[in-house]
Amino acid sequence: MHHYDTIIIGAGHNGLICSAYLAKKGHQVLVLEASDNLGGLAETREFHPGFKASVAHSISNFSTKVAKDLNLSAYGFTNDVSPMTTVGLNASGEHVSLNGLEIEGVGVEDVKSYKEYRQLMQKFANLLNPFWHKTMPRIGDNSLPGVMTFAQLGLKLRLLGKEDMGEFMRIATLPARDLMDENFNSDLLKAVLSWDGLIGSKMAPRSPNATVLALLFRMTGEHGGAHIIPAEGIESLFIALKEVTERAGTEIRTGARVSEILIQADESALKTNGVKLATGETITANRVVSTTDPKRTFLELVGIENLEIEFTNRIRRLRCDGYVAKLHLALNGEPKFSGLDKPDGRLIIAPDMDAIEFAFDDAKYGECSKQPVMEVVIPSLQNESLAPVGQHVLSAHVMYVPYELKNSWTDQARAVLEEKVIDTLSYYAPDIKKQILCSELLTPLDLEQRHNVTSGHWHHTELSLDQMFMMRPTYEVAQYTTPILGLYVCGAGSHPGGGLMGAPGHNAAHEMLK
Amino acid sequence: MQSVEQEKTTLHDPDEVLKHSPFHEQVEKHCRLRNWMSWNGYLTARVYDTLASEYFAIRSSCSVMDLTPMEKYRITGPDALKFLNRLVVRDVSKLKPLRVTYVAWCNDEGKVLDDGTIFHLEEGEYRLCSQHHQLDWLLMSSLGMDVTIVEETHDVAALAVQGPTSYSVLCAAGINGLDKLKLFGILHTELNGFKVMVSRTGYTGDLGYELWTEPVNGLDLWDVIFSVKDSGLYDVRAIGLAALEMVRIEAGFIMPGDDFNTAETAIRAGHDRSPFEIGLGWVINFDKPHFTGKKALQEEKGRSIKRRLVKLLVEGNKPPVDSFLYDKKKGQRVGTIKSQIWSPILKANLTLADIEYHKGKPPAEIWAEIYYQKELEWQVTWARCRISKDPFWSHPRRSVTPPERF
Repeated sequence: MHHYDTIIIGAGHNGLICSAYLAKKGHQVLVLEASDNLGGLAETREFHPGFKASVAHSISNFSTKVAKDLNLSAYGFTNDVSPMTTVGLNASGEHVSLNGLEIEGVGVEDVKSYKEYRQLMQKFANLLNPFWHKTMPRIGDNSLPGVMTFAQLGLKLRLLGKEDMGEFMRIATLPARDLMDENFNSDLLKAVLSWDGLIGSKMAPRSPNATVLALLFRMTGEHGGAHIIPAEGIESLFIALKEVTERAGTEIRTGARVSEILIQADESALKTNGVKLATGETITANRVVSTTDPKRTFLELVGIENLEIEFTNRIRRLRCDGYVAKLHLALNGEPKFSGLDKPDGRLIIAPDMDAIEFAFDDAKYGECSKQPVMEVVIPSLQNESLAPVGQHVLSAHVMYVPYELKNSWTDQARAVLEEKVIDTLSYYAPDIKKQILCSELLTPLDLEQRHNVTSGHWHHTELSLDQMFMMRPTYEVAQYTTPILGLYVCGAGSHPGGGLMGAPGHNAAHEMLK
Repeated sequence: MQSVEQEKTTLHDPDEVLKHSPFHEQVEKHCRLRNWMSWNGYLTARVYDTLASEYFAIRSSCSVMDLTPMEKYRITGPDALKFLNRLVVRDVSKLKPLRVTYVAWCNDEGKVLDDGTIFHLEEGEYRLCSQHHQLDWLLMSSLGMDVTIVEETHDVAALAVQGPTSYSVLCAAGINGLDKLKLFGILHTELNGFKVMVSRTGYTGDLGYELWTEPVNGLDLWDVIFSVKDSGLYDVRAIGLAALEMVRIEAGFIMPGDDFNTAETAIRAGHDRSPFEIGLGWVINFDKPHFTGKKALQEEKGRSIKRRLVKLLVEGNKPPVDSFLYDKKKGQRVGTIKSQIWSPILKANLTLADIEYHKGKPPAEIWAEIYYQKELEWQVTWARCRISKDPFWSHPRRSVTPPERF
């Protein structure tokens, strides 16, 4: 029976990145993945013969450091493609489009404000950049590295100068709505710019609690928050990661669902010595790394009888209700959006911030939004292998769709939502209904079941101030270690958080290699 | 109209500020001093008639105390044992049916929330008794477990029957099977046609029992016990909380909230206490795989001792009420007296005191600064103190089975 140095639960990008760093240092690593494919929520899957899609359909802040450290470009993953234009769709064709500092479709005043806004936000995003790749200090720990991290942030803030520092402190936790209203006139522009701070979360423009900070988080990385689809698709990230880590000696097993993290009582503490699979097979290791979400990791795999009462309660009350559904359409041709030459950008359907807020209001009370708002991309325009020649895939993130529907999810409820979403789409792309060969709608409940993520939350736990930095997912486990000796966590629920970024996997590996 | 009438009878009477226990009719009759106090919201006698005679009933004959206000929780369900073992610092898996054990429980930081007793009533069925209200903590602790927690404080009538002749009195009252009941044992029996549970437990450090029954049988139970007095052979006396306070200090039993700040009520850092710090290190089962607070307590075990709640004997006869303690007369302050009584049976000033240790050791000398009044004038004096390892009072008959008859 083989004994490993490290077992990693979950072959999402964080698990694979962590495995690669460890294996490169000579550790014997086994990655266990419950599903049959790599990638987790970014898995590329055929949803209709010849048509493939991934729940995560673009990349905005993938860690440049990880890409470089692991030399991913040598294995076919490249971040170095031109970013997609973000387009705020308007039914009569008067779109707003954004690309870096370039903006079209708004008045002169907004053009000016946008450039200033964008430069300031980028400055702030750059300020935070180093902290995403650092282990956060432990609360109450006054050791030098911990104090230094704080000091560094303080110094960086100070170096901004008095005015900018004040501004940063002011806006970081501002509701998106206030920031947008202060800066812009165009309703459509405001809606589009607030989008990235909200997507994935149970938050809307008027919600307090760090939506602006979440926006800054997404603006890190080489494209300053602009979304890209890699030349060879999202899949290429996983092909590259698999290649890198396997070459370094990592073993990957798919279809291997972990049902239990084995716990052994040491004299002084509880310790993990491996995992048990759903098949009953046990595999031993010195260390177990869980990249699944905190609730699943602790409440299900570790078991609350092995956890302390207050800690259990902190994990239990983490806010992690998924509010995003996914729509995949197989289309017999390129969809035509009114007033748009080619739909090769990231298209936002949200006419104004009220539309987002009202959509959220419905979902808050357990209903599907009467007028859903969404982000649409046609990934097959960037990557031809996703659909048969001349045909296309449409991929949409639909907000807000509650994980817990008031009258519970049924096939009928799903069909009603799907129809509503397609109706909304056809308002902007009038001929689209005729082009649909097949459609697939995944509710947060479907995402939970298909991808083993509690409540189907993209980021495992909400990206909000009380669940970020040294509080992510909660104090005591924010440094990737856990109360169980030998058990580490590094999924999206760990600092810095979700999205296809890779920093949790990178940071956790760094802690283990200390 | 009828339903309104019905509702009235079940609602709390607004004129009744404090709740009446099922024994109230008798308690009120016996409580000649009308010296009442509140215990957990119940109208409770502090002293019935004479404190001295109540005290000596406990130490020399047979005392009866209304125990109903004590917090009680019924814990059942498939995960009951798992739940308790994660909750308390002691290993409950060793607690056999029909046995009782003393426990304490902590928060994650290893600071004591409360202490109490667990009764293993029958296989898989437990009662937890605590000093303070714990339902919120218990319910929070039970999240995710298949366990049912029901507060039964108001649904069980309980009497403590304590003292050297308690065994003889209860036998005379018609309770059979006590001869085999060991210390911390439970006996389910019947008395005059109703069910009574007897446990050989108490808060006095002496021979004694606690009797538990349904509230409706409360007065019958009281009558059966006091009828023994009418036979003329034994004195049986109702006692209040003042007498209990004396004997519990003699026996070295601590009172959460009086002798130490419970973690829930401590506001400032360092004002909560670990089991070690209140002298309950012996209750912790470190060989149990896991319990809440274990990690913190393991760490504390490896560090040098900072403070202890100790049994402290104060010389002389001046009452050291809330006295500060010093390492010599007018020296450095090293602690505070938390509870104190004059023990009539030991003729001594007995106290429980919080003492600061230096480099892991208690102060070589401890002196109490005592303020007392003499003819309405305050005086100050100093008294030498000694730490007592053992309880000031613990009679061997507490655990002899069968107990001696009188």
